[in-house]
Amino acid sequence: MIDFFFLVPIAIGMGLAGLASFMWTLKSGQYDDLEGAAQRILFEGHEGPVVEEKRPAPPTGIRT
Amino acid sequence: MSCCAPGAECLADAGTSNEELLLASRTLRDGLRQTDLSVPGIHCGACLQRIEAALGRLDGVAFARANLSTRRVSVQWHGGRPPPLIAALKQIGYQAHLHDAAADRSDPELTRLLLALAVAGFASSNIMLLSASVWSGAEAQTRDLFHWISAAIALPTLAYSGQVFFRSASRSLRHGRTNMDVPISIGVLLAFALSLYETTQHGRHAYFDASVSLLFFLLIGRTLDHVMRARARQAVAGLARLSARGALVARPDGTQIYLPVDEIEPDMTILLAAGERVPVDCRVVKGRSELDRSLVSGESAPQLAVEGTALQAGTLNLTAPLTVVATAAAKNSFLADMVRMMEAAEAGRSAYRRIADRAARLYAPVVHATALLAFIGWMMATGDAHRAITIAIAVLIITCPCALGLAVPMVHVVATRRLFEAGIMIKDGSALERLTNVDAVVLDKTGTLTAGRPRLTLVVETRTEARALAAAIAAHSRHPYSQALAALGEAQTPVALDAVAEVPGAGLEARSGETIYRLGRPDWAAAPLSVPPNAAVVLSANGACLAAFRLDDQLRSGAQEAIAALTAAGLSIEILSGDSEARVSDIAGRLGVRFTANARPADKVARIAALRQTGAKVLMVGDGLNDAPALTAADVSMAPASAADIGRNAADLVFLREDLQAVPRAVAVARQAARLVRQNFGLAIAYNVVAIPVAVLGQVTPLMAAVAMSASSLVVIANALRLGERRWRPPAAVRAGLTPPLTPGLVP
Repeated sequence: MIDFFFLVPIAIGMGLAGLASFMWTLKSGQYDDLEGAAQRILFEGHEGPVVEEKRPAPPTGIRT
Repeated sequence: MSCCAPGAECLADAGTSNEELLLASRTLRDGLRQTDLSVPGIHCGACLQRIEAALGRLDGVAFARANLSTRRVSVQWHGGRPPPLIAALKQIGYQAHLHDAAADRSDPELTRLLLALAVAGFASSNIMLLSASVWSGAEAQTRDLFHWISAAIALPTLAYSGQVFFRSASRSLRHGRTNMDVPISIGVLLAFALSLYETTQHGRHAYFDASVSLLFFLLIGRTLDHVMRARARQAVAGLARLSARGALVARPDGTQIYLPVDEIEPDMTILLAAGERVPVDCRVVKGRSELDRSLVSGESAPQLAVEGTALQAGTLNLTAPLTVVATAAAKNSFLADMVRMMEAAEAGRSAYRRIADRAARLYAPVVHATALLAFIGWMMATGDAHRAITIAIAVLIITCPCALGLAVPMVHVVATRRLFEAGIMIKDGSALERLTNVDAVVLDKTGTLTAGRPRLTLVVETRTEARALAAAIAAHSRHPYSQALAALGEAQTPVALDAVAEVPGAGLEARSGETIYRLGRPDWAAAPLSVPPNAAVVLSANGACLAAFRLDDQLRSGAQEAIAALTAAGLSIEILSGDSEARVSDIAGRLGVRFTANARPADKVARIAALRQTGAKVLMVGDGLNDAPALTAADVSMAPASAADIGRNAADLVFLREDLQAVPRAVAVARQAARLVRQNFGLAIAYNVVAIPVAVLGQVTPLMAAVAMSASSLVVIANALRLGERRWRPPAAVRAGLTPPLTPGLVP
């Protein structure tokens, strides 16, 4: 019986971790361009030409 | 270049000015602005790299990111003037146009569905894990513990993910109706309540897994359905905007300013360049040009515009710059009239009831009555209230409309996907059902049956030199007639000419030695008597007619086959056009179809209303501004990608490829989908017929419920996937060549 006090929280915790990471990927726009992402993995170098040094504002409004 | 939206470029190549870019961009923070462009030509990873590299090189561009799924580019830039984004893209071979900011909102509904789905997925997998232990023999305290943990997971899940169904169910109950979400909500909530009660009583049977995995399955269907429709809508929103966004206004003090359409008022003077669309209703005060009214009235032949000519909003100025004075504000223009007519047509149309809702109206009372009877029966037989309630709820759980709830959405998802692959975008789920019942098709002529590009043929066969000469002169102009003529002479050797000048509104004048050639309007180019009566363009040497050309509407590719396929499918077909009698009867004769010519927008609506009065279900296919009210008035409507914005928005389906066979194909897919939906309902009913007696006899265990529900859902999904398995082929009559032979003058 005592095993349950470890195993059940571990099992549910892992599920929650997966759920939380899915929510994070959804919120940070990683599903905006699924086809493009599949192609970009083949590019060399960084993911896109960010011309300036400072980080650009994330593009707004083109969520799918 | 662009592989999508064919036909839209040729006449709509109006170009986008800097002012328009500035107007459509939005400010992010201190001087940084973002512009979203639609680039239909993006089709691979290399496109992304080329576009991002080319835009990144421009001065002022801080960030450029191309999106392959939506075929869009978003660019962030500094400074008061936008960088030459569109020119830079054109240079590397991509047509780009501004993306409509209004159509650009993110999709909160999808995010909500995805989050609900993720939560339900997490909960159902964890509860299933615990349930599997219970089924495999966990006893006493362990079983109770697992049930309690399951309840703790299920409660927040129902509260969060279940909202999608509960909201819709309560909305429909408040209006005194039932939809499929009502039995779903009742089943899920009662299963949870019963399980919670059993858990407190240390009972053996809890249905937490059933209640949560039901939500999970149904949410998968909902989400896929939403994703497919959002993709279709996005593809339509990405098409080039054909109405003017603004216009260059000359102020009394001599300065010029670019104003958005909404701010243009009557009596303002507007400078209208060649290739621009008329922003509001106005009158010409200076200049002489020709106008393409095909989107406004359906007339395919260009019209002459001189001082005093009244122009309707949406007309395209073809050849020369015009100075015009606005006679109405945008809200009172022709376009606004069309919007009012559309609203009137919309109000006159009764709301369509989805097939799933109609099924739910039959299904819910039957199931709920069965549960009630089971309760009464067991009460009378045993007098054990707890047992009677348990069995009644078990009936509701086992009959929970999992398969029924998936029966329609899964078929629609697969059908939408099949149509999407064929370049047909369906914007509304119920459109597919409405398309199934269609028995009459009404087609617009200009831009729908015809390709929208004029084609010129010789009235009388002339020497090839005359044709080559005409082609050589025509190559100097961008007028659609000239371009059509220039295309005729592509194979011939070029002819040397000394000087060529364009006379706006009349034609082209060329000099070669002593001879003056004129190519253009018959009354301008040659002596009236020497010209054949139906000539649209004449080539003359010193006033003597050398060759005469007549305008030939070129059928859209696949028009013959489409008409044949629609006829074979048992649909009645007619043409309803705003063009002149002669032109429409020519096309109708070639296709062997009834027609009505000179139809104004109100006539089109009236004709469709009359057809519907006789009980026919009407499919309207049209592209112009003048078709928009008719598109709304019909039971279901379709528009090509080259249609006016308002028509595209009014239509339920938009086809992106040139081929008119999209129409019969959409009807065929809709009919096949309807057949599969009926089969799915049959499967769901068959399942219930088997399951209900078992439940009524009190023999159901949670394990059985889980297996039965999953199995029935999988069967329904597998059946839906059969849609469009074999590739679509035209009906046998078309393949066997039983259609009328192609007219000789037609390019197949």
